[in-house]
Amino acid sequence: MSNKNILEVKDLKVSVKEEEKEILHGVNLSVGEGETHVIMGPNGAGKSTLGSSIMADPRYDITAGSIKFKGEDITGISTDKIAKKGLFISFQNPIEVPGITLFNFIKTAIETKTGEHIRFFDFQKELKKTMEVLNMDPAYAERDLNVGFSGGEKKKAEILQLLMLKPELAILDETDSGLDVDAVRIVSEGIKEYKKSVGGALLIITHSTRLLEALTVDRTHVLVDGKVVAEGSGKLVDEINENGFEKYL
Amino acid sequence: MREKAKVSDIDRSLYDFRLEEKDAFKVEEGLTEEIVRQISDEKNDPDWMREFRLKSLKIYNETPFPDWGPSIEGLDMDNIVTYVRPKDNKMVADWNEVPTEIKDTFQKLGIPQAERESLAGVGAQFDSELVYHNVKEEVAAQGVIYTDLESALWGDKADMIKDHFMHLVPPTDHKFAALHGAVWSGGSFVYVPPGVSVEIPLQSYFRLNAPGAGQFEHTLIIVDEGAYLHFIEGCSAPKYNVANLHAGCVELFVGKNATLRYSTIENWSKNMYNLNTKRARVDKDGKVEWVSGSFGSHVSYLYPMSVLAGENARTEFTGVTFAGKGQNLDTGTKVVHNAKNTSSYINTRSISKDGGISTFRSSVTVAKDATGSKSAVSCQSLMVDDISRSDTIPAMDIRTDDCDIGHEAKIGRISDDTVFYLMSRGMSEEDARALIVSGFADNVGKELPLEYAVEMNNLIRLEMVGSIG
Repeated sequence: MSNKNILEVKDLKVSVKEEEKEILHGVNLSVGEGETHVIMGPNGAGKSTLGSSIMADPRYDITAGSIKFKGEDITGISTDKIAKKGLFISFQNPIEVPGITLFNFIKTAIETKTGEHIRFFDFQKELKKTMEVLNMDPAYAERDLNVGFSGGEKKKAEILQLLMLKPELAILDETDSGLDVDAVRIVSEGIKEYKKSVGGALLIITHSTRLLEALTVDRTHVLVDGKVVAEGSGKLVDEINENGFEKYL
Repeated sequence: MREKAKVSDIDRSLYDFRLEEKDAFKVEEGLTEEIVRQISDEKNDPDWMREFRLKSLKIYNETPFPDWGPSIEGLDMDNIVTYVRPKDNKMVADWNEVPTEIKDTFQKLGIPQAERESLAGVGAQFDSELVYHNVKEEVAAQGVIYTDLESALWGDKADMIKDHFMHLVPPTDHKFAALHGAVWSGGSFVYVPPGVSVEIPLQSYFRLNAPGAGQFEHTLIIVDEGAYLHFIEGCSAPKYNVANLHAGCVELFVGKNATLRYSTIENWSKNMYNLNTKRARVDKDGKVEWVSGSFGSHVSYLYPMSVLAGENARTEFTGVTFAGKGQNLDTGTKVVHNAKNTSSYINTRSISKDGGISTFRSSVTVAKDATGSKSAVSCQSLMVDDISRSDTIPAMDIRTDDCDIGHEAKIGRISDDTVFYLMSRGMSEEDARALIVSGFADNVGKELPLEYAVEMNNLIRLEMVGSIG
């Protein structure tokens, strides 16, 4: 484990755009390079808002505080630039985009990120291999992005993008929600593969712990009502698993 | 602060180059009997055609301008030059013989290259006249005729033309059909004999170069019993500060059990009034498939019509219309079910942006005897911003209970969530929006041959991304 922080969130306050309603009331959070962090908390605590705000989701306004990625202040820069710096978010509800295939989308995304053309056959080979890890039917590569995918296939497609884009930090927003046991296992395999082959950091947002069973968690943050109310090691996950959030409310 | 992409008027340099007008032969501006006679003389019309032109002129003068649809006040017929013949024009079948300057124009548009690679035959019209026409030997050997209409009027099929020319779109149809009848020039005649399947498409490209001019080409296609043809037309023009007018006419006759696919990518410059009339008549078991991309022009009135005249005749219409800044594009389609068990399937997308107005009109008529017929109309609209407008105007006239008719319309905007999703993978806001719009127009993209689908996506990109200022 390195001492260098890849992500530093300081006193972050976030409101819903064009509304007075503040959701995050000064959140502090640091993630070291290659570490796996978990954000837990009851529904409505602001977990997803935190993840989305780091990626500059236009639905939210950052009213105070700062976000640093690899030491650089990224507060207020546009989502695409943040992504190009090496941040990734796996969506809770991946969006259906007709007219572009999953294959072409991932290829375009990689080329946009690196600014370099990838050879068709190299890409095809890597994509096929990665889809196998996720137990995805190769036919999905030629289907329009997320269009008509089942909930499980959509989540797998997100992890596929994670593995292909190789970000240095990935935020996984409720990646396990709505998945059956088998799908959780496969997605979890995909995440392990990311740790192994890319070695990037993870910020996993979840309110259950199913996805975490197969992972080594370095740090846990408990978010309640827009504030981090407790922090601890990976063991905190087990404790919450047993006792729930009762004592933090 | 998030950075907002600036999307302004597009860079049309690809289409916007002009050729200096030199020594071209033109008639006077406006429309008089003298001018019509002069055009007729120039074109060496048979007597019946000269009479037809004069009769059409009379109808034109008696017919009022349409009192519905987008304004055409900016179009002053007294200023439109109805006939412009390129210098030293004679139609040739060898690119090397096309005058250099005109050849350059078409080369920039990629026409000769496309012919070599993927077309069975090509026609190229510059202003009022065809400058080039050629059809591959093996296609001609099957008995397929693909030529300019003027020479066809004196050829083997002269009688066939007389029996079909403006029978489907008579000059009495509307004012611009009458205008077309009076001053038409150029265009193509295609005849596909019974049972012949033309495996690769034929294409005509229309380029209007002269400022303040009108283009009135006539396309007459007859696909005989059991035959197949895919015909592609492309059009473009450089932009001028004066109004240009396009009032072409397309008449398609689809025989028994024959299929005709008619694809158009229209990219007129934004000073163009595109008042075009297209109509197909389909016999028993025949099928017409329209694929239509409308991107250019200042004002368009365009409603390709299918008359399903024989039992089991079918039509499919797949269209996309993109109205940007300063454009008012009124497009759609008409279907008349005139026989039993006929079917129509209409699937359109319209996009409006930067204050553009896009109106989709559909008209479905089912005659009393057309029992067992089916019609499905689906229209989706996408408004890219808050200042643009999109309307859907369906009309139905159903005279029998024994039919199955459906209509659905959806109007939407680009969702911020989708833009965010794409941007989270590294795409710029402009690229994300362009991708969403291309995806929305994919109904047409999927139907076009690859190189045209690519051209269409390029046009969408040009419209969406433009110059970043």
